[in-house]
Amino acid sequence: MPLQALCRILRADRLTSDTFSFLLDAGEMARSAQPGQFVNIACGEGHLLRRPISICDAEGDTLRVVFQVRGEGTAWLAQQPEGTTLDVLGPLGHGFAYPETGKVLVVGGGIGVPPMLYAAKAAPGGAVAALGFRNQQAVILLEDFQQAGCPVKVASDDGSVGYHGFVDALVRQYLEEDKTISAVFACGPKPMLKNVYKAAQDFGVPCQVSMEERMGCGVGACLVCACSVGGSYKHVCKDGPVFPAEEVDWA
Amino acid sequence: MSVINGVEMGVTLAGMPMKNPIVVASGTFGFGREYGQFYDISELGGICCKGLTLHPREGNPPPRIAETPMGILNSVGLQNPGVDHFIAEELPYLRQHDLKVIANISGNTPEEYGVMCEKLSGAGVDMIEVNVSCPNVKCGGLQYGTVPEMTAEVTECAKKHAGNVPVMVKLSPNVTDITAIAKAVENAGADAVSLINTIRGMRIDVKTRRPVLHMNTGGLSGPAVLPVAVRMVWEVANAVNIPILGMGGVAKGEDAAQMLLAGATAVAVGTACFADPYAPLKVRDDLAALAAEQGLQSVSELTGGVKPW
Ligand SMILES: Cc1cc2nc3c(=O)[nH]c(=O)nc-3n(C[C@H](O)[C@H](O)[C@H](O)COP(=O)(O)OP(=O)(O)OC[C@H]3O[C@@H](n4cnc5c(N)ncnc54)[C@H](O)[C@@H]3O)c2cc1C
Ligand SMILES: Cc1cc2nc3c(=O)[nH]c(=O)nc-3n(C[C@H](O)[C@H](O)[C@H](O)COP(=O)(O)O)c2cc1C
Ligand code: FES
Repeated sequence: MPLQALCRILRADRLTSDTFSFLLDAGEMARSAQPGQFVNIACGEGHLLRRPISICDAEGDTLRVVFQVRGEGTAWLAQQPEGTTLDVLGPLGHGFAYPETGKVLVVGGGIGVPPMLYAAKAAPGGAVAALGFRNQQAVILLEDFQQAGCPVKVASDDGSVGYHGFVDALVRQYLEEDKTISAVFACGPKPMLKNVYKAAQDFGVPCQVSMEERMGCGVGACLVCACSVGGSYKHVCKDGPVFPAEEVDWA
Repeated sequence: MSVINGVEMGVTLAGMPMKNPIVVASGTFGFGREYGQFYDISELGGICCKGLTLHPREGNPPPRIAETPMGILNSVGLQNPGVDHFIAEELPYLRQHDLKVIANISGNTPEEYGVMCEKLSGAGVDMIEVNVSCPNVKCGGLQYGTVPEMTAEVTECAKKHAGNVPVMVKLSPNVTDITAIAKAVENAGADAVSLINTIRGMRIDVKTRRPVLHMNTGGLSGPAVLPVAVRMVWEVANAVNIPILGMGGVAKGEDAAQMLLAGATAVAVGTACFADPYAPLKVRDDLAALAAEQGLQSVSELTGGVKPW
């Protein structure tokens, strides 16, 4: 059940030059959150539309979001200091469905990394992570994964950290090495998701992906967040954002 | 229930009594289920349901939305499950609640409007809102709502098949003279008019040089359109004698009061729901407070009360 609440920013941290982390006092919204779900945050008077941000972590009454400044809305958000309250709608959408047994390989690319932290922490059978970044400066949340006891492999586009190349190569490495991995969960840019899916497919491991689309209501009422799935338009905010990769129309 | 802050909020729109004048606008509130998770939709006077077509429609490719100064552009393209699905699956849900159900329909031909009216009146909706902002396939895709004769033809067809259910025609603002269309609709027998639908607009991403919407253009709604909507409601109120459901950019009680003063009997809240799911209830309560402050017994005393210079 989604809720609307005024959530106080308990802690605000800057993770990189353009990426921020907020710990929110979210009460029931935090307690009912599932990995892969998102919240819709009002970003100041001048912006009619809320901004969808993935749930990066939830513990007790606190909810964590990590976001990158992309435009006016996220720029406004980044300026909000600790102690202010945000108008938040959530938790929204359908999250990841964990396999009955086995480990989950969580795969994140860039600002697609945050939701994978929660997905890894909540995995009943444990998780390993493959994270891709543009470069060393863009790396986020590495310690959080390690603190959660989740082994991590990192790739970077320019080779400044970890494997030089794209994250799907790491996915192949993991699936080659570790046959106890029974599902791949991924969030990131669409071309990355497509390649991760291809890798998972080659190893016969089911894959779920978190999709992005521009939103209006965020709750399934306005039908603007259409995404082609299984030959028809599904709605990212309500039917997703997580979809089985084999059902997504990748073209 | 209909008295708030000592003010009688009940209104009657084309013979249809509502406990308050606030309804939600078509396409912004689905069939009530989603926002029904936040509050009991029986709090609303009514719901204009998502636009229905005779057959299910997939709608337009994304992106379907763009944010603009104090507004949004949308190009959903009437995605909907079709009128039969509505009657079988959505209407029973709505009927579990105490609010007026206004079905909103779009057709490719006047006959399609007729068929849908027959089905919906048979199923027992409270009112039918006829959206004429859709292309007439027989007339090379020209929008029905832009030509008085075509709008009148659709209205007559709808009336003929709607039985006792009142027919409200939803006017497009994308015309030179909205009163000409309103008069044509009144003469064709419409019981009410609603306005405004969205205003055609466009936004271009200067980096990619592509329009933000995949359809290139879309319909503008939200606070940006309020003054246009109030002006059109006022013009139409002066031109016809049938009641008006006013909408377009209403986000506050004061906005709703403007609509009523301009001549509307009831007011729809649309885009404002995206920013705040509770917007329709806040508009209702703020409107009641405003009416109380002005010492009114009944909110309907506002209707048409503007004092033009
Ligand atoms: C389900 C979901 C989860 C997301 N999770 C995160 C996250 O955890 N961290 C993060 O940094 N970003 C996340 N995003 C992307 C984030 O929503 C956009 O970066 C943000 O909306 C940009 O807003 P803006 O005002 O800064 O940019 P502008 O470009 O000024 O925004 C203009 C409009 O376009 C929309 N928009 C722009 N880019 C996107 C996008 N990529 N996806 C959807 N809508 C967009 C905005 O919401 C706004 O309505 C997520 C998106 C979705 C759909
Ligand atoms: C996402 C969206 C979908 C809409 N779909 C419909 C529709 O199916 N039928 C219709 O008659 N109007 C539709 N409208 C128009 C609204 O009902 C309303 O006339 C318009 O948005 C102006 O009101 P507002 O500014 O309060 O939103 C839609 C508007 C939006 C924003
Ligand atoms: S954003 Fe409104 S349906 Fe998804």
